[in-house]
Amino acid sequence: MIRAALVLGMMLTGAATAGPIGDADRGAALFQRQCSACHQIGPEAINRVGPRLTGLFGRRAGSVEGFDYSKSMARMGSDGLVWTMQTLDAYIENPKVLVSATRMRFRGLQDEQARSDLIAFLREWSDRPRDIPEAEPTARRSTPQLSPEVLAIRGDPEFGAYLSSECSTCHQRDGSDQGIPSITHWPPEDFVLAMHAYRQKLRPHPVMQMMAGRLTEEEIAALAAYYAGID
Amino acid sequence: MTGPVLRVTRRTFIGTTAAALAAPAVFGQTKPRVVVIGGGPGGATCARYLAKDSGGALDVTLVEPNARYTTCFFSNLYLGGFRDFDSLVHGYDGLAAAGVTIAATTAEGVDRDTRRVTLGSGDVLEYDRLVISPGIDFRDGSVPGWSLANAEVMPHAWKAGPQTKLLKSMVESMRQGGTFCMVAPPNPYRCPPGPYERVSMIAHLLTQTNPTARILILDPKDKYSKQALFEEGWQTHYPGMIEWLGPDMGGGAVEVRPATMEVVIDGEAEKVDVCNVIPAQIAGRIAEIAGLCDETGWVPVDPLSMASRVDAGVFVVGDASAQGDMPKSAFSANSQAKVAAMKIRGELTGSRVFPAKYTNTCWSLIAPKDGVKVGASYEPTPEKIASVESFISQPGEPAELRRATYEESLGWYQGITADIFG
Repeated sequence: MIRAALVLGMMLTGAATAGPIGDADRGAALFQRQCSACHQIGPEAINRVGPRLTGLFGRRAGSVEGFDYSKSMARMGSDGLVWTMQTLDAYIENPKVLVSATRMRFRGLQDEQARSDLIAFLREWSDRPRDIPEAEPTARRSTPQLSPEVLAIRGDPEFGAYLSSECSTCHQRDGSDQGIPSITHWPPEDFVLAMHAYRQKLRPHPVMQMMAGRLTEEEIAALAAYYAGID
Repeated sequence: MTGPVLRVTRRTFIGTTAAALAAPAVFGQTKPRVVVIGGGPGGATCARYLAKDSGGALDVTLVEPNARYTTCFFSNLYLGGFRDFDSLVHGYDGLAAAGVTIAATTAEGVDRDTRRVTLGSGDVLEYDRLVISPGIDFRDGSVPGWSLANAEVMPHAWKAGPQTKLLKSMVESMRQGGTFCMVAPPNPYRCPPGPYERVSMIAHLLTQTNPTARILILDPKDKYSKQALFEEGWQTHYPGMIEWLGPDMGGGAVEVRPATMEVVIDGEAEKVDVCNVIPAQIAGRIAEIAGLCDETGWVPVDPLSMASRVDAGVFVVGDASAQGDMPKSAFSANSQAKVAAMKIRGELTGSRVFPAKYTNTCWSLIAPKDGVKVGASYEPTPEKIASVESFISQPGEPAELRRATYEESLGWYQGITADIFG
């Protein structure tokens, strides 16, 4: 128990913050060297050999008006490929893995850190979440690796009480049920199972998938303990 | 109901020695004091959580001149005829019951060196931690021809209250076939989808009472939140009624003439019947008075705690803060306020401090039972509060899902107002 508490303490202080995508300044220099012969980016950017990269994040592949894409890229777009941190990372690592007959003459960037820096720079020229909340993320989520000891921790109701302030914006503490279901006095196992089902996107509700997706196992256990014993 | 506000009168203030000013919390005092300026979603949440979770260990005072708060969120639903005005109005009894002292006056000055707030009543409050949640004010001159003095003729209705009622009565009494014009704000502003939900609600009202009326949106932005969803909804529910002019079409360079009810677009004057001017925004004035704003007019804060970047003893939550990726919304303010309250309790009472977590969801109503939503979760990095995941309703969703989304938003209103006001 003491050991578990120590691990918990480390996790709480150590894994608290999200990480930046990469170093955008280094990415800018990389863009200048490797990309700018064909691509422009920024408010005044236009299509050249390659399409303009302003507003790239969240954009469907092959969808910049007035640019003549390869058939391969156009097809990936109509199949639903959207440019995100993850898809860009795969494409920049080796373009032909993602889009077989792309016209982009670029043999790929093997260095993971360099790709992250470049993507961080590209991200600066797309929609800002402050203004357009649905815009693509601007950082990497922190995902603490939990040891079996941590997974075995019994839920901490005091921690759960703190975490519950996020739940209580929608789910009322008095258990009333108006448009949003009651979550009070559930058996803790049921609570944990339901939250993991959202986390694994087995249950469909997008708000709950998001909320559960960012909770650790320990946080879910804490919430279960708190809501089971709520006054 | 409201406890004693007066900590230090002007007379005792003058009589206090410099030594006592430098260390107000050390001696002769029972509880650490937190002063919260502003009784909206950020300030009221923070005050209530501080009082409730500290179990009486903190002396918490809320400075708010209005006896009741009208929520800006859901005020568009009042414009559309979906809610009574009274349903938007909330008092502070729940805060008082949680142990918050209410100072029903304005905050006029903040002296961060001596940690004192001067009130409109002339009294002075000392604090160990200060929370400022003043919401927004308007940037002078952002819409040529318009100033706050014209708000009775061309309302902003971007702070809920009499302005909201005025705008509704103007729409209701508009001549048949008249033009409702909205001058939309530049980024960043309170409630990113708000102007477009408002247009939807006014279109709904006009469709019933004035079906030949026209809605004109003049927008300095080339893109806005939920744009595809609003455009789809307008096409479906209000075909031909709404015209949107972005910056490419002159929507960005607009002048208004309140005396003649004209808007000037690209040098050409056009007569309109109702004109809703939503100007560019900055942090509420007390943040500037306290010396916390940067050149953008907002308050940079530490993403881990919501403390000001220039004074760790002052926390700024809600619309006034410049924190990074979170939109300016009641949901965001409420979320930020809980983080600030937890950090402050930790600093003043030694209670456990957990990692900051932030979240936001914005629901918008397009037409009866046609609700949509956008949301994201956020985590602090050293530089900013960063979006790490987002979601949004999709075009073409079945009516049943849209209805459930709307009903969910009603539940959310109940939930968040209970969470804010007790």
